[in-house]
Amino acid sequence: MVRVIGKAAISAPFDRHDAEAVNSAGRRSQYASRVKIHPKTTDGTFRRLKWAIMAVTLAVYYISPWLRWERPGSAPDQAILIDLAHRRFYFFFIEIWPQEFYYVAGLLIMAGVGLFLATSLFGRAWCGYACPQTVWTDLYMAIERFAEGDRNARIKLDAAPFSFGKLRKRAVKLALWLAVAVATGGFWVFYFADAPTLLQELLTGTAQPVAYITIAILTATTFTFAGFMREQVCTYMCPWPRIQGAMLDEHSLVVTYNAWRGEPRHSGRKKAQALALKVGDCVDCNACVAVCPMGIDIRDGNQLECINCALCIDACDAVMDKVGSPRGLISYSTTGLYAANAAGTPARWNWRELVRARTIIYFSAWVAVGLVMLISLAGRERLDVNIVADRNPLFVKLSDGTIRNGYTVKILNMKQEPRRFRVGIEGLPGAAMASEESATAPSGAIIVEAEADKLRAIKVFVSTNDPTARVDEATRFTFVVTELSTAGDAESGRYGAIFHGEGEEN
Amino acid sequence: MANIERDEVSGTETTGHEWDGIKELNTPLPNWWRWTFYATVVWGLGYTVAYPAWPLISGATPGVLGYSSRQEVANDIAAAAEAQAQWAERIRATSLEDILKDEELLRFAKAGGAAAFRVNCVQCHGSGAAGFVGYPNLNDNDWLWGGTVDQIHQTIANGVRYTANADTRDSQMPAFGADGVLTAEQIGDVANYIVQLSGGQADQAAAGRGGQVFTDNCVACHGEKAEGNKELGAPNLADQITLYGGDVAAVSAQTAKPRHGVMPAWSDKLDEVKIKELAVFVHALGGGEQAAATP
Repeated sequence: MVRVIGKAAISAPFDRHDAEAVNSAGRRSQYASRVKIHPKTTDGTFRRLKWAIMAVTLAVYYISPWLRWERPGSAPDQAILIDLAHRRFYFFFIEIWPQEFYYVAGLLIMAGVGLFLATSLFGRAWCGYACPQTVWTDLYMAIERFAEGDRNARIKLDAAPFSFGKLRKRAVKLALWLAVAVATGGFWVFYFADAPTLLQELLTGTAQPVAYITIAILTATTFTFAGFMREQVCTYMCPWPRIQGAMLDEHSLVVTYNAWRGEPRHSGRKKAQALALKVGDCVDCNACVAVCPMGIDIRDGNQLECINCALCIDACDAVMDKVGSPRGLISYSTTGLYAANAAGTPARWNWRELVRARTIIYFSAWVAVGLVMLISLAGRERLDVNIVADRNPLFVKLSDGTIRNGYTVKILNMKQEPRRFRVGIEGLPGAAMASEESATAPSGAIIVEAEADKLRAIKVFVSTNDPTARVDEATRFTFVVTELSTAGDAESGRYGAIFHGEGEEN
Repeated sequence: MANIERDEVSGTETTGHEWDGIKELNTPLPNWWRWTFYATVVWGLGYTVAYPAWPLISGATPGVLGYSSRQEVANDIAAAAEAQAQWAERIRATSLEDILKDEELLRFAKAGGAAAFRVNCVQCHGSGAAGFVGYPNLNDNDWLWGGTVDQIHQTIANGVRYTANADTRDSQMPAFGADGVLTAEQIGDVANYIVQLSGGQADQAAAGRGGQVFTDNCVACHGEKAEGNKELGAPNLADQITLYGGDVAAVSAQTAKPRHGVMPAWSDKLDEVKIKELAVFVHALGGGEQAAATP
């Protein structure tokens, strides 16, 4: 690499930054202490996009628990609520019981495949724009800038000896950080309890200890992760940078320094031109380095640390405008395009690159999981019955030789209204059913009342004097549970059970 | 200490120890680790002063805080008893028949009875209350001493053939064989008769002869139809449930030289509330009888 350092920079139309990438390729060591990064602020398309996404994601996080959704009966009226105490998950019109947790598994699969899809389309778009670590770090950096000034001011402040001015700036920054951290932890708990009630309890000191502990833990993690660890979380703690290598291909959009255009870089272009050297578009102003929140030099190439936030694109474009070169020296590009351009065949990105086997497969899988969930959610039963046979003793012989088995019939009424069910049996010859806890209908079936949104367990005895069923070790029969409802939406189900006889031995 | 040697590769000091040309680097523990270690030592010493720790010849140092795990358990039990006190009081004050009618009280009594059963009764009656040879099955509808909740309560409270209790359930079947009341043939005949009554495999001819033996010797206690007598604890011989086995050999043995089970009187050991809860629990196992309607 030819590097000419001359005095021609005097008349340069752009600022040259005295910046060296903290995590540049040459400086990386496996066991190095963290060197603080002082990212410079920037403006441009991607910076504005990041502000917008930050506003939306933070709004979603802070507003969601306060949305109300009226539900019938005693069910809570909070739109999004994870009710751990009562083992329910509410999401607008959806109510999920613990045994329906597979819906949450489905959501996680969708999130995972969605991440794969986004990565193969736009590289690490998640990391650069939407990841909470990025959003909160960005927010903390904005606060830092407000309290201590931009890059150079902060570097100067760090180096300055102790003074009351420094103390004040630091105190303002840390206080604001702490406030944001408390709010972050504080709003997390609102997803797990009625938000207005909990807020009142939190303020009066009467909330459950677990609420305060959760807030304290999340306050601590937010404060350290967004305030002090920042890029270290992405580089060392998060597995995603390692996984992304398998997700990216030559068509994925990644933030790329177009070295084929920029090199050889010269800080003193005119002098270099005068010396008739080959001159690339890169003016080596280090703007891309100064703004990088990860402390890397994008000109080192595609690298693990890069979260693809594209702030270096904004910084470089501004400089290119000033020096009169075309924008896009650093741009979203693909390794395929890069190789083609480097080989001398100009190529431009086309949206058709988004449609390829990999993205189609990810998209199809994502849609398939979503559809399966939607369909099963639309048609899911709001009645579930579990038949638990007594196992000790398996059977009881009564004085007239009749064999009796005991069962616990568990009726899960998952609707927000009380319901009545008729529980009968089929397929067991000579059988009679009785329960001490419930009325017996003339047909031999029993009528069970189930409270709204509750499990009703009822003990029933089934007995038969049928010669075959008495002796057979296991006779299969069926419990038939039918809702007694005048409305057209009555549910019913058939549930298999086994009747245990004495066996041949006796 | 005069010659501190530095390792060229790592730049770390050596300890000056050398084995076969290999020198040990001086890499001390990190300070945070060392001070944490000292802190745990200090904390550990403090702990042994505050809590029971140092073994003595009998027992251990009590610790200045006076903590005792036994006392903690005792406190927990006392707290639980206090929490249940109002329920226990209601059970004490309510008659058994009324407990059966009160859904809330019934649920509490059944749960308490189930717990007491697991501690006190499973040793003989089995964890499922299904009994064993000589130990009655409590799930069925055949009761030696009666199956209403009050009768069950009396049996649990006073025991069976438990001589230390004056009100115990007591009865004794004569040893028809051992005492020479009946001959071996007669015993065989009556055993066949009884087995036939309850629908088992029996010798018709012997059973025919046994009918007269039964009428002459057994009806006083077991009744003319062998239906038993709960006042005397005489079992129903016509049903399909037997305590000591239902074939001819088992019935013959029980006639010749009867075995008699003993159950302790639980009023010696359990309080009134627990016994009531047990009675309710056993009554609800599936064979409980309704009290005869009193006019």
